[in-house]
Amino acid sequence: MTTADKKTATAIQPTPEACATCPAFNAGHLTRLGITITDVDYVIALAGNPNTGKSTVFNAMTGLRQHTGNWPGKTVTRAEGGFAYGDKKFKLVDLPGTYSLLSMSADEEVARDFILFGRPDVTVIVADATRLERNLNLVLQVLEITDRAVLCVNLMDEARRHNISVDQRILAKELGIPVVLTAARQREGMDALLQSIFEVASGTFVCRPHRVHTLPRDVAEALDAVTARVRKLFPDLPNARWVALRLLEGDQRMIEAVQSGELRTVVSNHTTGAPIAEEVTA
Amino acid sequence: MTPVRTTPDTVLAEANALRWKLGEDYHDSLMEGIYADAARIADRAVTRSGDAQRFDLDRTIDRIVTSRWLGFPVMVLLLSVVFWVTIVGANIPSAFLASILLDTIHPWLKQGAAGLGFPGWLSGFLIDGGYLAGAWVVSVMLPPMAVFFPIFTLLEDFGYLPRVAFNMDALYRHAGAHGKQSLTMTMGFGCNAAGVVAARVIDSPRERLIAIITNNFSLCNGRWPTQILVAGIFVGALAPPYLAGVVSAGAVVVVAVLGVVLSLVVSWGLSRTVLKGEASAFSLELPPYRPPRILRTLYTSLIDRTLYVLWRAIVFAVPAGFVIWVVANVHIGGISVAEHFINWSNPFGLLLGLNGVILLAYIIAIPANEIVVPTVLMLTVLTTSTLTGVGAGAGVMFEADSATTTASILHAGGWTALTGINLMLFSLLHNPCSTTIYTIYKETGSVKWAALATVIPLAMGFAVCFAVATLWRALAG
Repeated sequence: MTTADKKTATAIQPTPEACATCPAFNAGHLTRLGITITDVDYVIALAGNPNTGKSTVFNAMTGLRQHTGNWPGKTVTRAEGGFAYGDKKFKLVDLPGTYSLLSMSADEEVARDFILFGRPDVTVIVADATRLERNLNLVLQVLEITDRAVLCVNLMDEARRHNISVDQRILAKELGIPVVLTAARQREGMDALLQSIFEVASGTFVCRPHRVHTLPRDVAEALDAVTARVRKLFPDLPNARWVALRLLEGDQRMIEAVQSGELRTVVSNHTTGAPIAEEVTA
Repeated sequence: MTPVRTTPDTVLAEANALRWKLGEDYHDSLMEGIYADAARIADRAVTRSGDAQRFDLDRTIDRIVTSRWLGFPVMVLLLSVVFWVTIVGANIPSAFLASILLDTIHPWLKQGAAGLGFPGWLSGFLIDGGYLAGAWVVSVMLPPMAVFFPIFTLLEDFGYLPRVAFNMDALYRHAGAHGKQSLTMTMGFGCNAAGVVAARVIDSPRERLIAIITNNFSLCNGRWPTQILVAGIFVGALAPPYLAGVVSAGAVVVVAVLGVVLSLVVSWGLSRTVLKGEASAFSLELPPYRPPRILRTLYTSLIDRTLYVLWRAIVFAVPAGFVIWVVANVHIGGISVAEHFINWSNPFGLLLGLNGVILLAYIIAIPANEIVVPTVLMLTVLTTSTLTGVGAGAGVMFEADSATTTASILHAGGWTALTGINLMLFSLLHNPCSTTIYTIYKETGSVKWAALATVIPLAMGFAVCFAVATLWRALAG
């Protein structure tokens, strides 16, 4: 679907502007589409540490029954499913669970490259409320790559059982993205999560993602220098800093992307907001 | 300094120069920066009330099930209960299915075919061959899987299985394998094809291959009945009557344990030869215990595992049923193809302490270990002149009403205690069933690994049987 098509589609089906963004309007308007994922308006990536209930969140939204287990590494291949919310259709891509995005394992590469080159409209990061500190490491890494993200602090039921409470407002303020507390097994908080995804995808909520600044001076300076260079080369790139981070790491995939100009397409698609359902790099 | 035009090459050159300047510390300081920020944010956003420290159920359970002394016994006990429930719980539905599929529908189909004027060879080929093999596999294979897989999945959902992997990891690491291989191996006790699929939980490719190739050393539930039957007839008979039960049960356990030991030995061998490479790093996370969702578990384990494996088995069993019927009924020069092969392979079989019937049965019953014993009985009757009239006819697999009848058929077929013991060993050490071989091929995407997984146990089986037979004959004088 091209941008032009999308415009006609919206023209045919006008949305009552004020209503569509109101939670009361959208609540209960989730339609699970299973594997029907044609003509989607937005692509949502689902990232997170292993064993945070990512697959459960995926199943709750798509109505699919991907096997979930209390066991890290259950999602072996990338799973895709669809759902409709409000008047929009979403494609949800479940990425392999990873602890980090900065090392070389195959799973991490799939997740990292999809968030950058797959250009999802929103990246939902599922985190374990009982192990939030460790999970935040991944969240911060994702926020280096993309500025359109929602944090889903899952397993709140377990957190309560362990007498752990999470302050959603402080988190949202610190991270600069919407934060939703959920217990996906009980479907608790799923409406709020869908609403937040909808808001970020449609641009109603503009994220101001946290960027890591506790860095030694030489690293920070090198990073700034390369970031400035990258920005000069690709003026519209929203995540020049991430490109710089990866170049300093010597990431071969990123070096190739800079050389071939592939990053330029990332830019153009992001700025026009064209949906990208078909061509997906894994 | 003249201003340089920014091109991809200049950017990369600068990044590269800076990368060399920063050196290895770069990655670490980046990670440290991220960790510091994460810690600061988490510290502000998360509060723990004191109650959690007083009693933590998870930690208490973990202290028991992963303890140095109690961990192993608890594990053995729990898994024994799972097996016991599987074997006992599967008997009733298994008998029920057999009475419907084999004793009611099969004669009914034969009558129907006769009524429609089917020639004898056609109804034999279709009903005695194809239908019977398919029905046999369903009635013997479905119930244990329908019991075992849900229990296994419940343990997984609850969070116990990662603890098993944790307990076993040290042992498996010495064998160059992954702790999670203990789980795929345990899964293999249910069904090797399912065990091979389960190896997906192992994230490092090399260890996953090792787990896939060695899964066949887990005695699957298609082979347990053979072990129990043959141990009862031949091994139990070696002991005084009051000890027969204990001795034969012990023999089955010895074979199963031998399988586990050999899987470790082969893992060790593989990791040092064909799959040589650096041990890959991995982390083993102990997730929190969670109350399992029972209905959901039943659904996924039934659909994803049980029916999936069963369907594959049926797809392979029906054609094999045709073959079984054909070899027993197509005659060349007065005797059937089966007898030709048995006569030809018998000397080799006897050298291994087996016989031609067993070798042929393992070739034509390759789709499922479940139909090996019925095939052996049918072939034994076919080739033994003193047994005319026993069983259900050429090419029709059958099972005797009691172990005593089975024993007399096998004794008439010339079986000795050596044949029995070697059959038990060969049942453990032979090629995986075709369902498993196909699954290995699908999972690894490689003919090479599927072939290796087929040849290794078969070669070991021949070697072990030959060694035992030679030793036996030397001792027996």
